[in-house]
Amino acid sequence: MSPDNVLYGTPLYRFVYELAGMVLPCWISYVAAGLVIMFILVNAVLMGAAVFVFAERRLIGRFHNRVGPNRWGPFGTFQPFADVLKLIFKEDITPATADKIVFLAAPIAMLAPAILMLAVVPFAKNTALADLNVGVLYILAVTSLSSVAILMAGWSSNNRYAMFGAARGVAVLISYEVPVVLCLLGVVLVTGSMSMADVVEAQAVPFLLVQPLALFVFLAGVSAELNRTPFDVAEAESELVAGYHTEYSGVKFALIQAAEFGGVVTASMVVVTLFLGGWAGPLADYLGWFWFLLKVGAVAFIFIWVRATYPRLRIDQLMAFAWKFLLPLSLINLFATALEVFFLRDSQGVLATNDLWIMTGINLALGVGCIALFGGMIREKIRPVRWQPAAGSTASLTVGEVT
Amino acid sequence: MLFQDIVFWVLSVLAIGASLGVVLVKDLFRAALLLVVVFIAVAGFFVLLSAEFLAVVQVLIYAGAIAILIIFAIMLTRDVQHGNLPNRFQIPAATLAAVLLAVLVAVAVDTKWDLLAGQAQSRAQAVQTSAVRTLESPGDLAGLERAGFATEDERTAAQEAGLADLLIGDFVLPFEVVSLLLLAAVIGALALVRPR
Repeated sequence: MSPDNVLYGTPLYRFVYELAGMVLPCWISYVAAGLVIMFILVNAVLMGAAVFVFAERRLIGRFHNRVGPNRWGPFGTFQPFADVLKLIFKEDITPATADKIVFLAAPIAMLAPAILMLAVVPFAKNTALADLNVGVLYILAVTSLSSVAILMAGWSSNNRYAMFGAARGVAVLISYEVPVVLCLLGVVLVTGSMSMADVVEAQAVPFLLVQPLALFVFLAGVSAELNRTPFDVAEAESELVAGYHTEYSGVKFALIQAAEFGGVVTASMVVVTLFLGGWAGPLADYLGWFWFLLKVGAVAFIFIWVRATYPRLRIDQLMAFAWKFLLPLSLINLFATALEVFFLRDSQGVLATNDLWIMTGINLALGVGCIALFGGMIREKIRPVRWQPAAGSTASLTVGEVT
Repeated sequence: MLFQDIVFWVLSVLAIGASLGVVLVKDLFRAALLLVVVFIAVAGFFVLLSAEFLAVVQVLIYAGAIAILIIFAIMLTRDVQHGNLPNRFQIPAATLAAVLLAVLVAVAVDTKWDLLAGQAQSRAQAVQTSAVRTLESPGDLAGLERAGFATEDERTAAQEAGLADLLIGDFVLPFEVVSLLLLAAVIGALALVRPR
């Protein structure tokens, strides 16, 4: 059998394949190389989640003007491992009325999208596991599976709070899917390809500048889809105990947490690939992975920063934000990008670097203008409600009159 | 091709087993989840046929969106705890399913796949892969080469027969009718839930 599969173009895969092929029959080394890659990717997600959890806890500590976990290991770096060990040794409880099989399968289904997404991310030049020609669409398809997992967790727990959390979570996922897909179309239009490697190659000017509105919508939409704090109505601990993972404990809870934080890491990688030039940077041929990880760290920091800054939105504010603010912005961005690409491309349909700079100018102005315009329109006209004590009431507290 | 055969049989067993589960399992919610498994297995078949675009769209639309709608419909159903109870439509439904199966098998057996294969393969492949290409520049040949179009002719065919080109060209009327239908459905849904 010839190694005529998608993966063979990957240097890492080819290396493992040929190394194993020296001692093993062809098809076993084929499977073995695949398993090695899978092992690396799964561990990359889990380690990324561990590092992210540590960074988030320390940084949120600093944002709160406290120390954060600093006891275990240098600067507390072993904290996530201590957490995982604690969770492994905890009792694994399954509620008596739960749907046992689905309850068991839900955390696994939740972690799968985060790992599957890594398959198309180019970490450095020619390092994507599979450079699919539908890479961007693949990412959207894989993320859409997480809503099934959330519903599985919420339904099988047989718990009102879990069910509410799941219903809210899926409502948020469905609503924010629309602007996210539309703003990715802008990127695809400029690139002219859905392959992640092509998107990186096309960024002579980083799409951070060429598509500022798309980046803004994408960051907001993704942090909603990941249940990050300003948008975490699905597991709002002050309302729903813990949302869809209320009933989970022990290793299953650890898996759900790993999926959540690993999801943030992979989402940062996608943002870096699509908008920040991926592995581009000085000496990109050798140091590509370094620039990539540096940018991933920066994007992850933005996620943490937003979480530490904004309080949780109500569910109706959340929906209004998606449908009245992000959706018009993404439509405007798509329309403007389509017009610009239509008028600026040459006869071969290729955009030169100069054209990208022209688009940068137009889109930056457009982005600032649109955000100001729609932000003003969506802002709630807050008027302080004065509390009037009923006539004859003894409760003449001056709540309303303090102003 | 041993490996692909193994994958094909695994996927087939998965798809058929899960489909049987959808029909036979009493718990509606589990049936819906098994339906997701069927969708993903079908996406696997598309990958085996190197129709990556169709596979991804299958997962995105069927497993990601339609399955969610079905699950929500189940959640909003009353007395869902009692499961998938039999009703008086059993015999008509079985008849209809049998007739549908017979028609499908007849069509599948009757079709001259060999004859079609020669002319349709390149075009079908062109359509499915070049759906991705439609947004792209016509000048980018490297991408097409990677997509599996070795010769110049095949690449030209792929560029010409984009799925989007077909949608906005030959099949523009059905396409617009479907969008009108969807628009009507959205307006209908809004009219139903509007507070009076």
